[in-house]
Amino acid sequence: MKYEIIVVGGGHAGCEASLAASRKGHKTLLITGNINNIADMPCNPSIGGPAKGIIVREIDALGGEMARNADKATLQIKLLNTKKGPAVQALRAQADKVTYPKEMLKTLKNTNNLDIIEGIVEHLLVENKKIKGIVLDNGKEIYTESLILTTGTYLKGMILVGSEKKSGGPHGEKPSKYLSDDLKKLGFNILRLKTGTPPRIDKNSIDYTKTTIESGDNIIHTFSFDNKAYYNIDNQVPCYLTYTTTETHNIIKDNLEKSSMYGGYVEGIGPRYCPSIEDKVVRFSDKERHQLFLEPESIDTTSKDYGNTIYLQGFSTSMPYSVQDEMLHSLPGMEKAKILKYAYAIEYDAIDSRQLKQTLETKLIENLYTAGQINGTSGYEEAAGQGLIAGINAALKLENKEPLILKRSESYIGVLIDDLVTKGVKDPYRMLTSRAEYRLLLRNDNADIRLREYGYKVGLITEKTYNKFLNKKKDIENLYILLKENKITSKKEVNDYLEQIPTSKINDGITLYELLRRPEVTIKNIAHFINLPYDKEIQEYVETNIRYEGYIKKATNEAEKMLKLEEKIIPPNIDYDKIPNIASEAREKLKNIRPTSLGQASRISGVNPADISILMVYLKRKNNE
Amino acid sequence: MNDTIAAISTSLGVGAISIVRVSGEQSIKIVNKIFEGTDLSKVQSHTIHYGKIKDKDEVIDEVLVSVMLSPKTYTTEDIVEINCHGGISTTNKVLELLLTNGARLAEKGEFTKRSFLNGRIDLTQSEAVMDLIQSKTNNERKLAINNIEGRLSKLIKEFRENITDLISHIEVNIDYPEYYDIEIMTTEKIREIVKKQIKELKYLIKESENKEIIKTGIKTIIVGRPNVGKSSILNNLLEYDKAIVTDVEGTTRDIVEGNIYIEGIPLNIIDTAGIRQTEDIVERIGVEKSLSLIEDADLILVVLNSNEKLTKTDREILEKTKDKTSIVIINKNDLEAKIEIEELKDRNIITTNTTSLKGTNSLKEKIKEMFNLDKIETKDYTYLTNARQLSLARLSLKSLEESLKRIEENYPLDIIELDLKSAFDNLGKIIGIDYSDEIIDNLFKNFCVGK
Repeated sequence: MKYEIIVVGGGHAGCEASLAASRKGHKTLLITGNINNIADMPCNPSIGGPAKGIIVREIDALGGEMARNADKATLQIKLLNTKKGPAVQALRAQADKVTYPKEMLKTLKNTNNLDIIEGIVEHLLVENKKIKGIVLDNGKEIYTESLILTTGTYLKGMILVGSEKKSGGPHGEKPSKYLSDDLKKLGFNILRLKTGTPPRIDKNSIDYTKTTIESGDNIIHTFSFDNKAYYNIDNQVPCYLTYTTTETHNIIKDNLEKSSMYGGYVEGIGPRYCPSIEDKVVRFSDKERHQLFLEPESIDTTSKDYGNTIYLQGFSTSMPYSVQDEMLHSLPGMEKAKILKYAYAIEYDAIDSRQLKQTLETKLIENLYTAGQINGTSGYEEAAGQGLIAGINAALKLENKEPLILKRSESYIGVLIDDLVTKGVKDPYRMLTSRAEYRLLLRNDNADIRLREYGYKVGLITEKTYNKFLNKKKDIENLYILLKENKITSKKEVNDYLEQIPTSKINDGITLYELLRRPEVTIKNIAHFINLPYDKEIQEYVETNIRYEGYIKKATNEAEKMLKLEEKIIPPNIDYDKIPNIASEAREKLKNIRPTSLGQASRISGVNPADISILMVYLKRKNNE
Repeated sequence: MNDTIAAISTSLGVGAISIVRVSGEQSIKIVNKIFEGTDLSKVQSHTIHYGKIKDKDEVIDEVLVSVMLSPKTYTTEDIVEINCHGGISTTNKVLELLLTNGARLAEKGEFTKRSFLNGRIDLTQSEAVMDLIQSKTNNERKLAINNIEGRLSKLIKEFRENITDLISHIEVNIDYPEYYDIEIMTTEKIREIVKKQIKELKYLIKESENKEIIKTGIKTIIVGRPNVGKSSILNNLLEYDKAIVTDVEGTTRDIVEGNIYIEGIPLNIIDTAGIRQTEDIVERIGVEKSLSLIEDADLILVVLNSNEKLTKTDREILEKTKDKTSIVIINKNDLEAKIEIEELKDRNIITTNTTSLKGTNSLKEKIKEMFNLDKIETKDYTYLTNARQLSLARLSLKSLEESLKRIEENYPLDIIELDLKSAFDNLGKIIGIDYSDEIIDNLFKNFCVGK
């Protein structure tokens, strides 16, 4: 049996990778430990959030599945940061943990060229540094041209609760025991990482009157640019908010040595942004309370795992069961609450992401790709973004086409992958808006403008969707023309209205375009003067672009400057030892990471501008010779 | 590569003329924005033009501008060189204007690097180019190391930390919008913090400008009627420290007579060109003409003859220098004192005669006292006068002021933060810190967020 592309792992990275590969017409196999756990959401019952929500939009623009699937599973949704400016707005939805995997599995099953089997991959078949296939735990060999590893937490996965430690996945699945040893033998540096998750509470055992309700927005939102909403805006499922108490903190302090973290039972490095509650209490001891969100996991009450559970966000812990109960009962509204699934920490192996190319192909083994937690990231969205890119690039390579490498200035996915391959990770990497230097360019509202063209070019966007996109672009252009061609004059009724906004009056005629450039003027004010026959989405896009034009232009110019450095390719065979003037720290870093361009080289910490200058001069000399 | 770069290309402080060099596609356009005189976009290549550098309506300096068009230039790009006469602070101001109008401060060795990359310098010279970049960088590194101990550098670090805290606070609000326990960084609060930073940064820049004197030296001019003994005083001063009179490159220009060092600080004694030939500059060009020199100087030595009553010219000179840092030297005290000494009671006075070493000594003591020279830590010298660092500090200040403006105009947080970031980046460049994850590290250190 032989496939063109095999994807190992059915999580968020694996789903996107196998869909991209098979949709591009390649015979693809998805191998998963348990078919019922495909696209499972073992952690938060939510998708999106600052930066992460924009990744989901980018996935949609490129022709991935996560956005559409999240729309199908939305329980409630919000546009975050609306008051903090255009660059940082993002969607976050509470997603149904039953619907999400179910819908994703349906999509996978309905996709041509895609087979799904259950199995645990334990070995890789490699010949002359090129991938040939895999070996399952039952000894069966399957051959392939290209392999994508999206193993999540399953490489030597280990669940920890208090001092208990057992091998396995979140639902007690079998981990892969030997695959990371194989990777090590092939030359990969293996890291041990850790993440954790809070307890799940019986939703019928909570006194909600002691909590505060958290509802969704009263405007329809969707992740996908299809703009098809599946939820009922008036019937969104609420979340609730409660806080830890002094009593909770005392219980934690009294039992600290019993937690796996403080008891010294954990070797993996946990994410800084997901501290356990014991971490929070110890590190921020002056804080009187910590907030906790009660998030429903599913409205499907028939589900064994998720039907009656509340995810207690902010309460992740590695305390033993009895202490968890005690801690829980000290929370307002939780006095009689029952834990259905205890909090746990999970440890797993990952590879050093600096051993990857920008395409997510490994530098060591040809046609071997990795995506998701195996690369040291955390989060469904980060995983899905990488999975999509790995799937696309594995396919493009088989087609002998140029790979898809997204730039930092055009997508969060580009920032993510560039950070991974250039800087590597020490603790699990989560996307944050502050990781992007051009975030005014990487907005929630323009993901399609930035990336749809690529999606179409690689063949994941249908003609119909693409034409819809072209029409949108045409509308945007026409709205610009309309605003630039129409003037208002200093008539009394005009100035009266301007005063009302309030904005300064005009003495001469100005175009509506000029009027909209004033920070206090909105597109709704413009609609007072002229009929705007365009969708709200288009109006808001144009409004943002005009109002922040100066800043957008500045960011674009900076990005272009950077791009010139990106275009300066460093030949793969460069011998850094032959460049005498480079500082020794920079030389070591360059030798290790082997950046492909001067741009990438300039982002390596320890490589400073003088080293880049020297490198530039050296390359020029080489060129001349 | 296509951006336009600018830098002061003469060594700072010594000599009365400093050249600011601008290279790149935009160089003529940028200089034109601040130059009043001929329209430089219409002039022939390799020509020199007289005019004024202006910051809006304020005249910064009278200059000569050389225009050299691509490709027959050092870098092969369009080059404009501005010859400034106004001393170091005006030269810095000219550079700053160029930077605010779209030029970027040149990196070490960058003109030469461009020259090479554009094929102007021979291939065999590329090693030399790389060496140059490296050696300049090494100097910079040494400087950076010195700076870490420097008092001022500590200050910059502090400023930067304050801005880091501010930015990471904004960031945590953005990346964790639903953490209600975390204080919201409102524009009002940002305004207060930024205002305070602006005040402190302004003070720092001003202080640094004052102390530029330390590296560039104290530009000292000797004025007085003929025959009051200017030359002998000059000679005495020079004679006194003969061993350390230097011929620093660039000091051979016509009007710098020489340097002596007091507590390691150079005193650049400036005489008008040709003064020794004619000996009577005051009469020849008149007091009015020497005014510009007086304006420029850090220190003016007014020489009077003890043996004569004050003349009209003496009084004019005294009037012109009364608000300046000046020392009145009453020479020839070995003769009968006829001078109206009571009229000079508000001035710093030294009495001396050409044969007295004591007089020269007390003059030096006086200068030391006036410039606080013994209180300055020698370590700080190089740091304080680094034009690159000063420009970066000014750019940071500009960004901070810009962010205040955005706050007044009701711009949203993410836009306001862009200016804060740029201030943060430039402050980092001053002390050589370029660590991109700093804000994120700070965020997780200071705020309790997570699942």
